[in-house]
Amino acid sequence: MQGRDPHRTGAARLALTFLRVGVMNEVQYRVNFFIQLVQSLLTIATGLTALALVFSQTDDLGGWTRPQLLAVMGVFTIVGGMIRSVIQPNMQRVVEDVREGRLDFALTKPADAQVLVSVRDVRLWQLTDVGVGLIVLVIALIQIGDGVGWQAIVAFVGILAIGLVAIYCFWLMLASASFWLVRMNEVQELFDGVYRAGQYPVGIYPGWLKYGLTFLVPLAFAVTVPSEAVTGRLTWQAVTVAGATTVVLLALSRWFWQRGLRRYGGASS
Amino acid sequence: MTRPMAEESKPHAMVSMYLTLMRTSIITQFQYRAATYFYMIGMIVEPVIYLVVWSTIARSHGGSVQGFTPGTFAAYYIVWMLVRNVNIVFAPFFWEWRIKEGNFASQLLKPVHPIHYDLGEFAGGKVVVIILWLPIALALALVFHPSLDPSVLQCVVFFFAIWGAYLIRSLVLWALGLITFWTTRASAIYEAYFLSELLLSGRLVPMQLMPKWAQQLSWAFPFRWTFAFPITSLTGPITQRELLEGLAMQSLWIGVGTLLVAMVWRRAVARFSSVGG
Repeated sequence: MQGRDPHRTGAARLALTFLRVGVMNEVQYRVNFFIQLVQSLLTIATGLTALALVFSQTDDLGGWTRPQLLAVMGVFTIVGGMIRSVIQPNMQRVVEDVREGRLDFALTKPADAQVLVSVRDVRLWQLTDVGVGLIVLVIALIQIGDGVGWQAIVAFVGILAIGLVAIYCFWLMLASASFWLVRMNEVQELFDGVYRAGQYPVGIYPGWLKYGLTFLVPLAFAVTVPSEAVTGRLTWQAVTVAGATTVVLLALSRWFWQRGLRRYGGASS
Repeated sequence: MTRPMAEESKPHAMVSMYLTLMRTSIITQFQYRAATYFYMIGMIVEPVIYLVVWSTIARSHGGSVQGFTPGTFAAYYIVWMLVRNVNIVFAPFFWEWRIKEGNFASQLLKPVHPIHYDLGEFAGGKVVVIILWLPIALALALVFHPSLDPSVLQCVVFFFAIWGAYLIRSLVLWALGLITFWTTRASAIYEAYFLSELLLSGRLVPMQLMPKWAQQLSWAFPFRWTFAFPITSLTGPITQRELLEGLAMQSLWIGVGTLLVAMVWRRAVARFSSVGG
């Protein structure tokens, strides 16, 4: 089952409507904000402790200074919050729906199925991570002290967006795998585990892992490259590779999703 | 259990119950090997991050930090993986789900304490995890060249220590999860618990790399006996005295954990009321 390509404005309006309903739904549970905030603070405390332990033994890690790594941690936390608020909940719902046979409800609606399953859920309170991450990033930039120009900020936001799209594509492919593999509960653990690797710049990892974290799981584009943008390390090559890979991933993930959907049609009860 | 308990001697019945639970769980886990492998791949990343970071530091400081070389770090974090996978137990977060789903009510009617079901099922899962870990450990060993040279005594102690760690974590986390019987908003408490564990257990870094005060503080908690001790019992450096001391501390915490579960469980179950499902 596959819809025609969505009309551009149609997709955007659909996303906004779902976002509004999702936010309205979330603000009902205001206590969750505080729970989530405590959780964000504990997570960042862990990260800071790990950094403190590292820098109690050394002054530089693979060419990155302490404030620079702090900036990476800020970006890592921001991106993690975005993923957990808008990407992950939707993709996990796809996995559950495929298993429970409820995906039909999404497929029978008169909109592109991929757009629809990608905007159904939002976890508003996970955005506390974005706030906490921003604070850490700002502190890090003050510590670096070079002053960040507006070009760097624009580059940062642009590359961050590209990186998030890349992560979305990766998650869509993971979720599509549930058309073949029935039990995918562990897939979130898999992603969370791998995502942790982003808290350090991928350059410090050995080659196989570095390339894995760039092209297999596009973490480098979501965390490391944006961090390079705000710490004055950005190269044109990195931007080009990030852009090109994301375009390829967009096409690939859509293809994979549609192949999976065809299989779903054949197997539904 | 088809025969009534009274016919068999009680210890014998318990052993056969455990064996059955373990067997069932081994079969179940093997059916989902793809999922289990996914899960384990996610688990590899954490120790590999620590390993890469600390070997990088060791290399940039002329080959070692506080006596740890890239080789000993590799040994530490590869064994870490095994210890970590074995000491994953029923998490406190899942109690809410367990109570809500209502299938817990039926366990209460059975003649044995419900913790035995968790202990048996999870222990069976460990057998699968250990088998799946072997090729991963081999691959990591080829990449990171661990230096590992344990004595026979160390191997023996390791075997017991790793299951001791499993028991301690099972008991303490089970008791902690029982908070759910009073409130469902305990997740912040659990998070704080896991954070303290991360920092004071040797999970993040070997204990030797932590500040002195943190090392001393860690004696007040069960954490280091469920991570650092089982790992270093195999990788060293560890003295014979420390090996025995560790086993003694593990026994102590198993005792404390059992007591905690017994005490809290009695109060918790009194609050339980089932809703028809």
